Amino acid sequence: MTQVFKNKYSYALLLPAGIIYFVFYLLPTIMSVFFSLTRWTLTKWEFIGLENFQMFFSEDSLSIGFRNTLIYAVVTCGLKVILGLLLGTFLTSRILFKDYLRSVIFFPTLLSTIAVGIAFSSMMHPTEGIINKALAAVGISGPDWLGDVKLALLSVAFVDVWKGVGIATVIYIAGILSIPQHYYEALKIDGGNNFDSFRHITLPLSRPAMNSVIILAFIGGLRSFDLIWAMTKGGPGFTTDLIASIIYKQYQAGFYGLATAGNVILFIVVSVLAFPLYKFLNRSEVDL
Amino acid sequence: MTKTTKLVTLTSCATMLFTVLTGCSTTNAPAGSGGAGTSSSGSSSQTGSSGQASSDKKVALTLMVGKTGTLYTALQAVAAEAEKKLNIAIKFDIKPDGTEGDNLVKTRLATGDMADILAYNSGSLLQALSPEENFVDLSKEPYMANILDSFKSTVTANGKIFGVPSGSSNVGAVLYNKKVYADLGLQIPKTWADFMANSEKIKNAGKTAIIASYKTTWTSQLFVLGDFYNVQAQAPNFASDYTANKAKYATTPAALRGFEKTQEPFKKGYYNKDFQATTYDAALKMLAEGTGAQYPMLTSAIDVVNQNFPDKVKDIGVFPLPSDKAEINGLTVWMPGALYINKKSKNVDAAKKWVEFFISAEGQAILTSKNKASGPYVVKGVNLPSDTYEGVKDMQPYFDSGKTAPALEFVSPVKGPSLENITIEAGSGIKTPQEAAEAYDKDVQKQAKQLNLPGW
Repeated sequence: MTQVFKNKYSYALLLPAGIIYFVFYLLPTIMSVFFSLTRWTLTKWEFIGLENFQMFFSEDSLSIGFRNTLIYAVVTCGLKVILGLLLGTFLTSRILFKDYLRSVIFFPTLLSTIAVGIAFSSMMHPTEGIINKALAAVGISGPDWLGDVKLALLSVAFVDVWKGVGIATVIYIAGILSIPQHYYEALKIDGGNNFDSFRHITLPLSRPAMNSVIILAFIGGLRSFDLIWAMTKGGPGFTTDLIASIIYKQYQAGFYGLATAGNVILFIVVSVLAFPLYKFLNRSEVDL
Repeated sequence: MTKTTKLVTLTSCATMLFTVLTGCSTTNAPAGSGGAGTSSSGSSSQTGSSGQASSDKKVALTLMVGKTGTLYTALQAVAAEAEKKLNIAIKFDIKPDGTEGDNLVKTRLATGDMADILAYNSGSLLQALSPEENFVDLSKEPYMANILDSFKSTVTANGKIFGVPSGSSNVGAVLYNKKVYADLGLQIPKTWADFMANSEKIKNAGKTAIIASYKTTWTSQLFVLGDFYNVQAQAPNFASDYTANKAKYATTPAALRGFEKTQEPFKKGYYNKDFQATTYDAALKMLAEGTGAQYPMLTSAIDVVNQNFPDKVKDIGVFPLPSDKAEINGLTVWMPGALYINKKSKNVDAAKKWVEFFISAEGQAILTSKNKASGPYVVKGVNLPSDTYEGVKDMQPYFDSGKTAPALEFVSPVKGPSLENITIEAGSGIKTPQEAAEAYDKDVQKQAKQLNLPGW
């Protein structure tokens, strides 16, 4: 009798959290899967099966987002991993003004993404922008950073890296500082130089930090939206459209069912890529 | 002891649940009654319930409108006068323009959260809002007799009329700088070939021949949309066939020309060098200052030039987008936007009174004094004032001789949402005109399927 009562008692305590979880997380997820199969006007819906998904995969302007999203995620993630590691090593070494330099690197992460996007799109203006004016001063005629079809996506990716590398660096700094000092001392006694300590101690032992950076940056890249929207709105044409910006455009056009289908696809894409990556990275981690 | 614990647990659980639930309901309450996210929500719902009881008390209505152009200022002037006359105050609810505004309007309508009166486009954009469900039928109002039939057809769904015109008509044409034309000794082109020849001369004179402003994406559509007079002259059934899924842009040569006309100036280098980064405002600056000579645009742009460069507005002229034959030469007309009354408003009667005042001779006189015309008006008895812009006067002969046609979006409910991106692709050489037209046909198909139109 007391056992049963105790069980009820503990369930009662769990109930509020359970309701919150159900109402705000589980229910919307189930609903979005359902509405992705309908033609939906927010008030009325009509079941149309997989037609929305079919449309997403068959139309050029929709499927272009998949390729761009992958390129964008790989480029931003790769650069953040490499630059973050280099900056993290630099900022944990014995240098002057260390704290000041650390905050300089971290500063861009504090800014609003939209503000960064607007500022950079004005700096990247082909004739009036400060970047091309600076290039012109040394005799180089700069390209149209955001208007050139081949360059636009990479320009936005560069700004994303500039803004996001601070977080990566901080994670690396934490990882590097947690490496016990006596490893380095042992290496010194054995006659190793700075490069050896980077290669044989810092690099392998900051693997957990690197894995966090890879996962965070990669998922962030796949879901990226605000920066693209502030800088190019997916243009010129559809050349910088990512899955997220395409979804938003469908939503803007009033195609709510189609937009929801896009979200379900994005959810699946992120899961399919991120979970195996996470497993793979965890397996190859080493203990301190 | 266990009993007290049990009691405490139960009550605390209940309190928690209660807070969660009431937390939801209190946030929902104002959202349902109107204007969530705006400070007007509380006041409008209060006055709404008491306002209709007696006419002595002041009624407050909300009116949603975009801020671009002079419509907002003109509406403010009308509202000030109406407040004195009718004791109805207007609280303005500003919405963004372009697709972002469309999105907001759709969401607010769907969530039952629309302002009492909405200023919005007529034509296909209205059709996308399911007018029958959302707006009050005004067909029986006596003032409808004063409104031109050509306008009424653009705010009609299922035989019911839903809106009154909120301004003058508008024309999709080529705006040009008269000074540059005079300096270079150019004539107004009657054919596309003449237009290209003029452009070559302007380019050789070191100026931008044709201005493109693709940073403001909607401006890229004018060569396609403004070409509709020419399409209709050559393929008279295009609009109805297009609506019925029988005609396509890609397979109708006259319609495909619009995409070709978007690309040709790019191929010949007539666009400004930084056209991808040029905004609408920057483009109008180039036109006003004469660094650019020609700009395919809606004539409402003249009003913006007047705001930014009042001394230059007399230099702006207008000519129709040329076709390939000299005898086909006319203007593609955009109907004015309209005011609609929200069906779910608590103040429908007051809103009807206000709209009646707005469309009366008195209301229109205030409107036309503040809202400068970018084309003829569509209300009988309301004529262009004598201080009308030069460019708008240029258009009158075409109207007088009947050489006008409404733009496609006023005769067909189908308009794809991605046209502006596709015309940018054509105008930057990313796609050939044929590919762009095919992509647009697909985009239109998507729209028609989502609207569930018959025959698609």
